[in-house]
Amino acid sequence: MQKLLELKNLVKHYPIRGGIFRRQVNSVKAVDGIDLDIYKGECLGLVGESGCGKTTVSKTIVRLHDPTSGEIHFHKQNGSETVVTDISRISHNALKKSKIRGKLQMVFQDPTTSMDPRMLIKNVIAEPIKGLEKTSSRELESRIIELLNLVGLSKYHLLRYPHEFSGGQRQRIAVARAIATKPDFIVLDEPTSALDVSVQAQILNLLKKLQEEFNLTYLFVTHHLLVVKYISTRIAVMYLGKIVESAPTDRLFERPVHPYTNALLSGIPVPNVNYTPRPIILSGDVPSPIDPPPGCRFSTRCPFVKERCSAEIPKLKEIEPGHSVACHLASETEKLIADKYGSR
Amino acid sequence: MAKVIEIKDVNTNFYTYEGIIKALDSVSLTIDHGSTFGLVGESGCGKSVTARSIMRIVQEPGKIESGKILFYPDPNKNGEGVDLLQKPESYMRDLRGDKISMIFQEPNSALNPIFTIGFQISESLLFHRKKELCQSVVDDLGKTGNGLFIPLSALLKKIYEIGARNPEALLLGLFSRIPILKRWDRLLKKKALNRSIELIDDLGIPNPQEVVKLYPHNLSGGMKQRVVIAIALACHPVLLIADEATSNLDVTIQAQILNLLKELKKKEISSVLLITHDLGVVAHTCDRVGVMYAGQLCEVADVRDIFENPRHPYTSALLGSVPKLLQKKTLQSIEGNVPNLVNPPEGCRFHPRCQYKTDICSEKAPPMEEVGTNHSVACYHHLSG
Repeated sequence: MQKLLELKNLVKHYPIRGGIFRRQVNSVKAVDGIDLDIYKGECLGLVGESGCGKTTVSKTIVRLHDPTSGEIHFHKQNGSETVVTDISRISHNALKKSKIRGKLQMVFQDPTTSMDPRMLIKNVIAEPIKGLEKTSSRELESRIIELLNLVGLSKYHLLRYPHEFSGGQRQRIAVARAIATKPDFIVLDEPTSALDVSVQAQILNLLKKLQEEFNLTYLFVTHHLLVVKYISTRIAVMYLGKIVESAPTDRLFERPVHPYTNALLSGIPVPNVNYTPRPIILSGDVPSPIDPPPGCRFSTRCPFVKERCSAEIPKLKEIEPGHSVACHLASETEKLIADKYGSR
Repeated sequence: MAKVIEIKDVNTNFYTYEGIIKALDSVSLTIDHGSTFGLVGESGCGKSVTARSIMRIVQEPGKIESGKILFYPDPNKNGEGVDLLQKPESYMRDLRGDKISMIFQEPNSALNPIFTIGFQISESLLFHRKKELCQSVVDDLGKTGNGLFIPLSALLKKIYEIGARNPEALLLGLFSRIPILKRWDRLLKKKALNRSIELIDDLGIPNPQEVVKLYPHNLSGGMKQRVVIAIALACHPVLLIADEATSNLDVTIQAQILNLLKELKKKEISSVLLITHDLGVVAHTCDRVGVMYAGQLCEVADVRDIFENPRHPYTSALLGSVPKLLQKKTLQSIEGNVPNLVNPPEGCRFHPRCQYKTDICSEKAPPMEEVGTNHSVACYHHLSG
């Protein structure tokens, strides 16, 4: 499979300033060295609890935030050859000039706050196109109508304001805005969590349809595991700024290895009365990312913690093709969990 | 089975500039003692308004128009229920937090940021359990060797005896105004604080002695939600209303809280009204489920029937639109949007989105009919079982 994006040891620390000179006293380690490959045409689900750095990763990839260190390689198709550019350091202007800006797009969580309330829908969708290329206004309008039709709205919605739409429709507009520049890669940051269940299904189906139609690559950030299972082909699990496990969706749900993934998956409330969940109840809360525990980040809550865990940071290792885990006990977790909580 | 609360044809309207929003349109439901009733539906369908109507805390410009809310506080005494809508506000004040209590959605806004956790939990105890607390202080003072100067101890004992007889006594109010005796309730507050420590200890909060001295911002989301639960459980309510108690929490924390509620239900609370939009949570915690749509109750049944044999088209469509664990097919979605309640559709409120609609659906609202054992549906074309 062809790579589209490569994250190499990506780090994003937010400084905490204090004292009279506002010098940096500490930092929030939101993303602390992650390596991740995103392949063309896939939908990669990024899951984890709130505050684990999912949104930071996604915002850093589209350069809404500048990474502290690390590299982001973008593979751009240029005719038949691929050009690899490190987009983590180049300026925003250069990003625009090299035509990568339009290839990376994002859909935000809350459709009510991600649109200017004083802009017409026409202008909301036109804005990204106008910024990147020169088009006549007639051509622009026909393109906007085409985009609106794609997401299930019509030209009668052109001259309306965002507040006139329901949440689901607004999210459709946000999707239309994201695909306006013909992107290769779209970050979907919890696109359905502000929506109702019945509308959520509409949006998910729309996203699937668009992905097939335009051969898009998605990074689907969410905390809702059943949604991510439905839409993605591969899942990466994050915990406190690190990726702890990544595997193809079916494999991850069948045979999770990392204790955290196991706890996460066992806790899903499944809407089925015949399924009796046997949740692994983790004690305690996620530690603060300002002062993360030494060694394995999960060691404070892990039921199988060993001495080595709190001393040495586990590396993300491939245990089987496509399935990587960052755990010292990766080879024995299955047995340990079966011993402690019964086989699943 | 004995009922704990019975809601009959309750209508609640909101008077806004846009018009009258009929948030609840003759909703009737019954919750049994010892059961967990789940109320599901999309946002804006009136789940929270139902809960707030029971507690009579519907905010302005809302008003409960008509209907009856009968409350049966004692499961063993079969008698007339108390109609909460006819009672004065003072009665409700005594009831809220005591017999019926509520866990609110957002733990951040449910707790007051300027008071300590200990204060906020003991507040409820001091309000509803003053009599018992005074009595236990009297008992403590009766024992010798409490370190107090003897005449003072005797005086305090007198005061607390008055409190134990009648916590609302005027004399106590008078004492609170005399400078030296103002602090007579110190022991009472200490007692309440000790109770709160026991309470949050039971809920699995580590080192409770320290936690009661903290402020809400010192705690994490899951902890705060536990504190909110502790406040709700302080007086051992007969009915606990949990309004989206786990919606804003992470999966692992949600599992902790749901497990906690299950444990508590075994020993402390008798019945729970669980309001949620997450069908997964309903499947594993509730005994009976009511499905709401646009201010009306459209189906009420046992949890197994709802999931395996939904009879209302909306219920079945709602179940189809949730991703399953073994989802292979494309998700079924319900076309259209939730209607605006200022002018809801005529007749059945679901008919513009319903695939089985006929002419009668848009003319007359379907009545609630019994279609199976403990299974009622409001639909003319309910799906066959």
